[in-house]
Amino acid sequence: MTTHQVIEETARDAYGRLVSYLAVNWRDLQAVEDALGDAFLAALETWHASGIPEKPEAWLVSIARRRLIDRARRTRVSESALPTLLALSEDTQRLASSHAAFPDERLRMMILCTHPAIDPAMRTPLMLQTVLGLDAARIASAFIVKPSAMSQRLTRAKAKIRAERLTFEMPDAEEIPERLDFVLEAIYAAYGSGWDEAAIADSPRKGLAEEAIYLGRLLLQFAPRDPEVYGLLALMLHCEARRKARHDEEGSYIPLSEQACTRWERSLIMEAEQYLHAASQAGRIGRFQLMAAIQSAHAQRLWTGRMEWGAIAQLYEGLIHIKPTLGALVGRAAAVAEAYGAEQGLALLQAVPPAEVVSYQPYWALAGHLYKRLKLREDARSAYSFAIGLSADISVRQFLSRQASEL
Amino acid sequence: MTYTLMFYESQEDFAARIDPARKEAYLAGWTHYVRAIQEAGIGVFGSGLYGPESAATMKRRGGEVAVQDGPFPETKEQLGGIYVINVPDLDTALEWAARAPVETVEVRQNIPAL
Repeated sequence: MTTHQVIEETARDAYGRLVSYLAVNWRDLQAVEDALGDAFLAALETWHASGIPEKPEAWLVSIARRRLIDRARRTRVSESALPTLLALSEDTQRLASSHAAFPDERLRMMILCTHPAIDPAMRTPLMLQTVLGLDAARIASAFIVKPSAMSQRLTRAKAKIRAERLTFEMPDAEEIPERLDFVLEAIYAAYGSGWDEAAIADSPRKGLAEEAIYLGRLLLQFAPRDPEVYGLLALMLHCEARRKARHDEEGSYIPLSEQACTRWERSLIMEAEQYLHAASQAGRIGRFQLMAAIQSAHAQRLWTGRMEWGAIAQLYEGLIHIKPTLGALVGRAAAVAEAYGAEQGLALLQAVPPAEVVSYQPYWALAGHLYKRLKLREDARSAYSFAIGLSADISVRQFLSRQASEL
Repeated sequence: MTYTLMFYESQEDFAARIDPARKEAYLAGWTHYVRAIQEAGIGVFGSGLYGPESAATMKRRGGEVAVQDGPFPETKEQLGGIYVINVPDLDTALEWAARAPVETVEVRQNIPAL
C-alpha cells in the first residue's frame, strides 16, 4: 500500500474518532478540524520520507494537539484551556505508548451535533462532516444546496457550539431517550427524504444511504438497549435490500409490488428482521420500529408469495397515531386501497388538507393510480401530470408517463 | 424573492423538439413541469426559447457593432428556456430545478425592481 492509500484509509476509519476525541477535550470544533486537517497534510509530507509510524492515529493526534497549542498561544485563548491541553497531551502520550485504543467519543459527538439549539436542518450535515469527514461540497449536492451556502451554514453551526458553550457531556439518564431521538431523526434524514419505496426512488438524495447505515450501526454499538435504534437500522436495511430490484436492466423504475423478490438482497433482509425482533423484546413501540415493521411486512412476500395489505394498513394506523406525517397518511391510503378497495383509499387521500400536498409527489402518484383504477380518466390524467412534474428522477417520470398513457 | 431557472439543453434535446418520434414526449415533460409550478402558485413568468441556430448575437468591439449568427458562447449545452419563480430561498429554487426535465439548470436570484 502506498503512503497515500494508508493515509486515506486511516482518514476513513479514524477521522470521526479523532475529531470526536479531540473535540470532547478541546471544545472548539472548527479548530480541531483545522488542526487535524493540518496533521493529515503533515502525514502526507513526512510519512513518505520517514515511513508510516507504528501508530498512525497517535501520530496524527500528537501533531493536531501541537497545532492546537500553537493556536492557543497565538490567539491567547483563556488560561483555563491550558490544563485541558496538558492533560490531553499526557493522555495522547500514554495512548501512543500503550496498546490502548483512543476512547471512542463519537456518541457524544452525535449527541452534540443534534443538540436542540442547533437548527434541525443542519444536524445531519454537521454529523456527516464531523463523524464521517464528508466535505461540504458532497453534503451540499446530497441535499441540493449551494455548496458555498452549505459551508457557511456548517461554519456558523460550529461557531454556535463554541459561542454558546454547548456541552459535549452525555445528557442525564432521563434526557437520553429524547436526545437519542434527535440523533435517530438526523441519521434517518441522511438516508433519504422519504422512506417508502416510491419516495426513495424519486429522491434526488441518493448518495448517502451507505453513510446513514454506517451511522446507524455505529449508534447501535453505543446504545444497544434502545429499541428505536434497532428499528431505524432495520428500516434502512429493508429499504437497502431492495435497491437493485427498484430498476430493471434498462434502468426503468419498478414499483415495490411488482419487484421480483429474487432480486432483493436476502442477507440484508435477514439482518433487518433480526434487529426488528431484538427491538420487539424491549416492549416499547416507536415510530422507527413501526416504519421498519411496514417494510418487513412487504418483505414477507419473499416467503409467503402474497401481500398482507390489511396488516400493513394497520401498521400505518399506528404510525399515524404517533406522528401523522404526509408520508404516513399517503402510505395508509395506498394500503387501505389495496386491502379494502380504491374508493376507501381515495376517501382517505382526499381527507388530507389540499394545501399540504400541492407539491408532494407521492400524493399525486397515488391519486393518479387510484383514479385510474376507478376509471376516472380525466382526474387520473391530471393527477399523473402533477406527479410527473414534481418528480426529480427521470425513471420515475417515465414510469408515471407509461401509467398515464394506458388511460 | 424571485429566482430565474435557466434550463440548458443539449443538441439532442433541441433535436427532440422537432423529431416526430420524440416530440410528444419532449413536450409532455415540459407541460407536466410547468403545471406543477403553476399549481404550486410560484410561477411568475416562463418561456421556452427557439434553438441556438436561430440566435443572433450582437457584439460591440471597440465601439464597432458586429452581428454574428448563433449564440454566445458556443458550448455543448445551450439555453433552451427560462422560468422565473417566486420562492422563499435558493434552497427551494434548487429543489424545483431538480424536477426540470433537463440535465442542467442554472439558478440565480433576480435583482429586485428599484
